[in-house]
Amino acid sequence: MITTDICIVGAGPVGLFTVFEAGLLKMRCHLIDALPQVGGQLSEIYPQKPIYDIPGYPEVKAQELVDNLMKQIEPFNPSFTLGERVDYLAKQDDGSFVITTSDKTKVHAQVIVIAGGLGCFEPRKPVLENLENFEGKGITYMVKDPEQFRDKKVILAGGGDSALDWTIFLSDVAEKVTLVHRNETFRGAPDSAAKVFDMANNGKIDLILSSNLTKIAGNGHLQSVSMKNKAKEEITVDADYLIPLFGLSPKLGPIAEWGLNIDKNAIEVDTTDYSTNVERIYAVGDINTYENKLKLILCGFHEAALMCHSAFKYVYPDQKLSFKYTTVNGVNAF
Amino acid sequence: MVTFEVEDHDGNRQPIEAPDDMGLSLMEVLKASEYPVLATCGGMALCATCHVEVLEGKDGLGDATDPELDQLEGLPEMYDTSRLACQIRISDELEGAVFKLRGEDQ
Ligand SMILES: Cc1cc2nc3c(=O)[nH]c(=O)nc-3n(C[C@H](O)[C@H](O)[C@H](O)COP(=O)(O)OP(=O)(O)OC[C@H]3O[C@@H](n4cnc5c(N)ncnc54)[C@H](O)[C@@H]3O)c2cc1C
Ligand code: FES
Repeated sequence: MITTDICIVGAGPVGLFTVFEAGLLKMRCHLIDALPQVGGQLSEIYPQKPIYDIPGYPEVKAQELVDNLMKQIEPFNPSFTLGERVDYLAKQDDGSFVITTSDKTKVHAQVIVIAGGLGCFEPRKPVLENLENFEGKGITYMVKDPEQFRDKKVILAGGGDSALDWTIFLSDVAEKVTLVHRNETFRGAPDSAAKVFDMANNGKIDLILSSNLTKIAGNGHLQSVSMKNKAKEEITVDADYLIPLFGLSPKLGPIAEWGLNIDKNAIEVDTTDYSTNVERIYAVGDINTYENKLKLILCGFHEAALMCHSAFKYVYPDQKLSFKYTTVNGVNAF
Repeated sequence: MVTFEVEDHDGNRQPIEAPDDMGLSLMEVLKASEYPVLATCGGMALCATCHVEVLEGKDGLGDATDPELDQLEGLPEMYDTSRLACQIRISDELEGAVFKLRGEDQ
């Protein structure tokens, strides 16, 4: 079990900055995010978009802001669990919590901070009968460990950059890679699209264009995937794995079941310290709601600072916190 | 004012009247009419959660832009009639059109 002072659910910009504010007060953080990378909406939805309302930056690209936040929290050595959704929360007798993720990782913490933004980014799923039965048994929506696909027959579906990139990457790992795409052309990066066409021409991969997935079959584990082209001809391809890559969409998910006061998909908080109705659980950033709430990165940063000063009493019950400017002590690691 | 119809996820159709001189997008009108449109990115053609199908009146809409097609093509289901509601401006060309909600609800 991972042990930490503060467990932060969500590694978006606000979750990341919470590590900095906590670190200044000598509180250690562990972050969990359902996405395989940090950055939340900034990295997932708009990495290349310029942002103009971060103090001190007349203009900064979303991904650059995330990279800088990572640099800023480096001295505090946070630990991460990425690619796993936080599912359960269990209160311990001493008031602390144990969090369990979708992959059964457990984290013990004195304080929980929900910085879950719009919720979990969940994969968009193709409409296929029996899909759920094969999830984790051949169907996966994310490539966490490419080695899982070594010497296997893999079918990827989708036409965006991630479908192209993973097709190229897995062609060197898997026994056979097939890419199924609804159209004749790709709108992803032209370089990657050209490479995929090249690989198909050289027989390195199979490319099935103008086709949609229609059926999956197997006995306990996926064995074949069927698809139909525009002329309604159906073909079936043997497969150990199917990786549908149709992007992600946010859903509030399991946090809704934790007994927190929720209003329209957001967690109600007390604006003096952004605490929720459950002691030792705080909510900061886009996931919380209060009168006049603004869903801005700037506001989330402010909330993180106040929240950490309040959480100090749970992590160091015997110490009194006296406020000092960061410039007084500098940014000192533990 | 312009009047068009909207078919929700359950197949119910209802007429909507919207001002055609305020530069509103179809996504904004759908939200204002309390349809459960997620519209995560706020209308920047970055999230595709405002996906609609144009059942009637496609000709009045003009072609989808590249960023719009980029998003639509990333979806598990895309139809010849698919559009992003946030990229459709409300204008008198929409008179009599019929839209079906396809995007994710809240
Ligand atoms: C297109 C667009 C443009 C924007 N432009 C600006 C701008 O210019 N300026 C500005 O200030 N704001 C802007 N915003 C808003 C800004 O992106 C948000 O305010 C900010 O991302 C909120 O940060 P966050 O850390 O609270 O949440 P998020 O960025 O949403 O991150 C939350 C993270 O929590 C994870 N998560 C949620 N639930 C779970 C769970 N159960 N288990 C594991 N992980 C979980 C999610 O996977 C996600 O990574 C924009 C938003 C969009 C969509
Ligand atoms: S609201 Fe995001 S694409 Fe339309």
